[in-house]
Amino acid sequence: MARAVTTKRKALNTLFAWSIGLLIFFPILWTILTSFKTEAQAISDPPVFLFFDWTLENYSVVMERSNYMRFLWNSIFIAVGSTILGMIIAVPAAWSMAFVPSNRTKDILLWMLSTKMLPAVGVLYPIYLIFIKLGILDTRIGLTIILMLINLPIIIWMLYTYFKEIPGEILEAARMDGAGLGQEVLYVLTPMALPGIASTMLLNIILAWNEAFWTLNLTAAKAAPLTAFIASYSSPEGLFYAKLSAASTMAIAPILIMGWFSQKQLVRGLTFGAVK
Amino acid sequence: MGRITLNKVEKSFGDVKVIPPLDLEINEGEFVVFVGPSGCGKSTLLRLIAGLEDVSGGEIRIDDQNATELPPAKRGLAMVFQSYALYPHMSVRKNIAFPLRMAKMDKAEQDRRIENAARVLNLTDYLDRKPGQLSGGQRQRVAIGRAIVREPAAFLFDEPLSNLDAALRVGMRMEISELHKKLETTMVYVTHDQVEAMTMADKIVVLQAGVIEQVGSPLELYRAPRNRFVAGFIGSPKMNFVEGPEAAKHNAFCIGIRPEHIAVSRDGGDWVGTVGVAEHLGSDTFFHVTCDGFKDVMTIRAPGDVDFKYGDRVFLTPDLSQIHKFDDKGLRA
Repeated sequence: MARAVTTKRKALNTLFAWSIGLLIFFPILWTILTSFKTEAQAISDPPVFLFFDWTLENYSVVMERSNYMRFLWNSIFIAVGSTILGMIIAVPAAWSMAFVPSNRTKDILLWMLSTKMLPAVGVLYPIYLIFIKLGILDTRIGLTIILMLINLPIIIWMLYTYFKEIPGEILEAARMDGAGLGQEVLYVLTPMALPGIASTMLLNIILAWNEAFWTLNLTAAKAAPLTAFIASYSSPEGLFYAKLSAASTMAIAPILIMGWFSQKQLVRGLTFGAVK
Repeated sequence: MGRITLNKVEKSFGDVKVIPPLDLEINEGEFVVFVGPSGCGKSTLLRLIAGLEDVSGGEIRIDDQNATELPPAKRGLAMVFQSYALYPHMSVRKNIAFPLRMAKMDKAEQDRRIENAARVLNLTDYLDRKPGQLSGGQRQRVAIGRAIVREPAAFLFDEPLSNLDAALRVGMRMEISELHKKLETTMVYVTHDQVEAMTMADKIVVLQAGVIEQVGSPLELYRAPRNRFVAGFIGSPKMNFVEGPEAAKHNAFCIGIRPEHIAVSRDGGDWVGTVGVAEHLGSDTFFHVTCDGFKDVMTIRAPGDVDFKYGDRVFLTPDLSQIHKFDDKGLRA
């Protein structure tokens, strides 16, 4: 039953929601604004908000000083690659846990999630050494693999929840209709779980794109993605806020735009099954 | 085609034995109904035949071939589920075509069979709709269509009418019976509704706790139930049971007498009782009568125009030729 809400109450709620939204968005907005200021305006006290001399100078300096396109390509390769690789492993894993669970399935799920509670720095040394031994330090392949492993528990959990929502009888019907396991997954399960699969992939791309710890520690020059690109602007010779902001804006712009266009899909996917 | 033999088939889930070793013969072209209260193992038995569950022991033979280890797809059976289990992302046409597509049948033959099934099931106008745009009865017909295009050795129905409303259920019951007459294919049908079992079956299998209580034609089960469970389960309203001295008069531990085999009058009879609730169906009236000295309330079926009031004193007379006698183990004496 709907609860009666007065207009005043509604207005208050809206105001509250917008305040929270702006609060979350403010750092990003401030970074974008700062990227259009001169270095002097960027650190002026009191800070200037909108009324300053807008300039694109920082962007041209950043473009001149570093090869943005190479970082961008590395980021795209790593984010998309780790997502695809992760899906190839996660779809069968989630399928088996959702549709042929064993007594240990719940434990395995929890155990996988628990690996996310481990501080990453705790395994930095062993992984670093393994990467050297395997000769994949500072390679895109190496980063793709490590980011896939980092996010795999989350992908499997998400897919598992979506798959759980699909009635088992429909898959049994497919089996009765003569579908083998591959056909069952391809023609019935995947199309039905598509919203969930899409939002899982989107979320994973975003997570991989934003991942900084491993990308900074396991790359030098060749495979460095946009996170390393940002980090290269917090240099020991002093902070250049405006240029750092310009670099940050360039690094987050692609994912921000992608997120904006896919927000409907994301929200639908993340709340999938919440209401029957 | 369509002969199914169960040989000492059993099923356990962990330590729980759902179906103890069981034998059953389903003949070609027969309409067999598994009936029993919920949890009696009837659906499990059907799923064992389908191959959706693995047997814990025994052998399933389909057309004299050992099918025990075959996957569901290879058994040549088609199943209609309670929830219809249609593919929601496919049109009606694609749903019906799915098993044919899996069998890699050529397109022309696929179309011919789909058109044919659609005509038989009155679905021709709906072929391009999605299942979500159909009513419950139409969805059930699509599910049946998906089953018949394959021309299977046998059809398996798992409570296919439970999700439909009462009026539609009667209609679909007729349609399925009609289909069986037309196709002459073996059908195995699971239901908890004894009316469905009585009206549709050639052969009824009554199950309780995984055990077959009796197998027989509807009228055999009605006329000569093997034990008290079958006697109480088959027939509506339920059979009345009387224990104690009244039963001893007939040399039995317990006697059973169906509501339609008891005469009721104001003037005189064997038993005296007080009329309780009356259910008027128009054609018939069911009276619930509390007889003096009896433990349970008796149900009596009388013609629709018989008019007793709540609290009236009446006399009941059982038809002696229709009395069922049971011993203290509940078996027919």
